[in-house]
Amino acid sequence: MILSPSELSSYLFIGAILFTLGLFSVLTRRNAISVLMGVELILNSANINYVAFSHFGSGNADGQIYAIFVIMLAAAEAAIGLAIVLAIFQLFHTIDVEAAQTLKD
Amino acid sequence: MEISTAVFYLVAIITVGSAIVVAFSRNIIYSAFSLLGTFAGVAGLYVFLGADFVAAVQLLIYVGGILILILFAVMLTHRISDVEITNRAAGRVPAVIITGVFLVLLLQTIRDTPWVKVKEVAYQPTTAKIGDLFLQTYLLPFELASLVLLAAMIGAVVISRKEIKE
Repeated sequence: MILSPSELSSYLFIGAILFTLGLFSVLTRRNAISVLMGVELILNSANINYVAFSHFGSGNADGQIYAIFVIMLAAAEAAIGLAIVLAIFQLFHTIDVEAAQTLKD
Repeated sequence: MEISTAVFYLVAIITVGSAIVVAFSRNIIYSAFSLLGTFAGVAGLYVFLGADFVAAVQLLIYVGGILILILFAVMLTHRISDVEITNRAAGRVPAVIITGVFLVLLLQTIRDTPWVKVKEVAYQPTTAKIGDLFLQTYLLPFELASLVLLAAMIGAVVISRKEIKE
């Protein structure tokens, strides 16, 4: 596989690899903060695709606008997610996602 | 090999390499710091794609904001001494199968699809264009975004404060 800065597919390759690593993090981690890091990786891979398609496809800046909106929502998601993690830590004294299952009982 | 291709390889290796550390490291502090490499590498990719404004936003918000927030959460929720047990993983085998199949399918699709490409790719400053789009076509989502951020800020404060029981 040959990467080149002027080929669309090389950006898509990097995006796909980042997405897979983020998915792996979300699936396997039991630490809530690590799960959030995986979500950030997934959002970054989606952003790479947005900007790459905007650059090579239409040529206008619409894709970049969507990327900025995704970055904005990622900031809001990180703030809320980490606040929830802190609340869980205060309640259960651990952030293992398996510990927070009192809703089940 | 051209110098730009070499730099592109460097950026790609930094991005993917630190993402691998994020996904596989057993120490959550290493994971959190490797996110820096991933975010900075993605900003480098944006520069290659001619998106200067998005690259700056990526550095400001991801590296300057979200990463610091994650590091704060790591430091606040862990006793720093017992780092070895902080990043346990569960169910590795099914996850490897699922993500492996997914990766193969994605890469095959990317390779086999005949992507349409605009004839000439021009590099020009994008900030003015993005500003025009935000205040014309995307005015309503832009204003909604400020509301979402306000709600997220208040929500984060309410959720994470300590309850004081009378």
